[in-house]
Amino acid sequence: MATIEISCVEVWREISNYLEGEIPADLRERMEKHFSACAHCTAVLDGTRNVVALVGDGTMFQMPEGFSKRLYEKIRNLTSPNVPRD
Amino acid sequence: MSAIQSQSRTNEAYLIKRVSDGEREAFYELVRPYERMVYATAISIVKNPADAEEVAQEAVLKAFSKLASFRGESKFSTWLIQITYNEARMKLRKAHSNLYESIDDTPQNEDGEFWPKDYADWRPIPSELLEENEIRQAVQDAISSLSTNYREVLILRDVHRLSIKETTMILGISEGSVKTRLHRARLLLRDNLAPGIDGSWIKGQAYRKVRPW
Repeated sequence: MATIEISCVEVWREISNYLEGEIPADLRERMEKHFSACAHCTAVLDGTRNVVALVGDGTMFQMPEGFSKRLYEKIRNLTSPNVPRD
Repeated sequence: MSAIQSQSRTNEAYLIKRVSDGEREAFYELVRPYERMVYATAISIVKNPADAEEVAQEAVLKAFSKLASFRGESKFSTWLIQITYNEARMKLRKAHSNLYESIDDTPQNEDGEFWPKDYADWRPIPSELLEENEIRQAVQDAISSLSTNYREVLILRDVHRLSIKETTMILGISEGSVKTRLHRARLLLRDNLAPGIDGSWIKGQAYRKVRPW
């Protein structure tokens, strides 16, 4: 059976869900067929996938030096829970 | 729930019990796995490191004082992040109390189709690129340039890898909004970053803009 074609605009609308694996199988198939023929949409897909990889990289948000130590000090100076401080 | 998740929940319950028995050190043990997440959440809202650290500390102290009200209906991390969000937003409100509306909070239009600005051919990036400070800075700047509603969802989903359900709980928005905002945030970031990372930074060649129309 022939796959129904899908437009670039429809592809862009679903790119994020496609990366999440959250689209029905028939739509996935149509998108993959589109990607194999459309360099622009493939570039958008690769770029979006790269964004997710970059943003999710564990080292993206570094804590300032000494952050843990200062936080630990704050906790050490606390009183027990539910007891008003000061 | 996986075996590891269930083990970590049991361990957390044990730590919470020790804290309520008066063992302060156990609270640090409870919070430690999430301190980077707390910091990243704070800085995604308040944007500068000093304010983010202050927010992170305030959030952790608040979590300590409210620990008795944590019922274990959500994960401890979700609860802690929710507190961090509230603290960060409060800080931002205080900072902008003299303004009618923060420029940053002007919502970007969520309706309508999203058209990519370009089709920079951004092939998969080699992992060593991530170590380059220039790229790290560019990504952070690009994230900062998003309006708060997009940035919040992006941080929770793509940085902290929280589930859609956890994200809806923390932000108090629908599942549909989480998906739409995440989608838009990712495409906006791609638009912002692709021209710089499509190879021109590596090879020194000019960015090639392609528009079929």
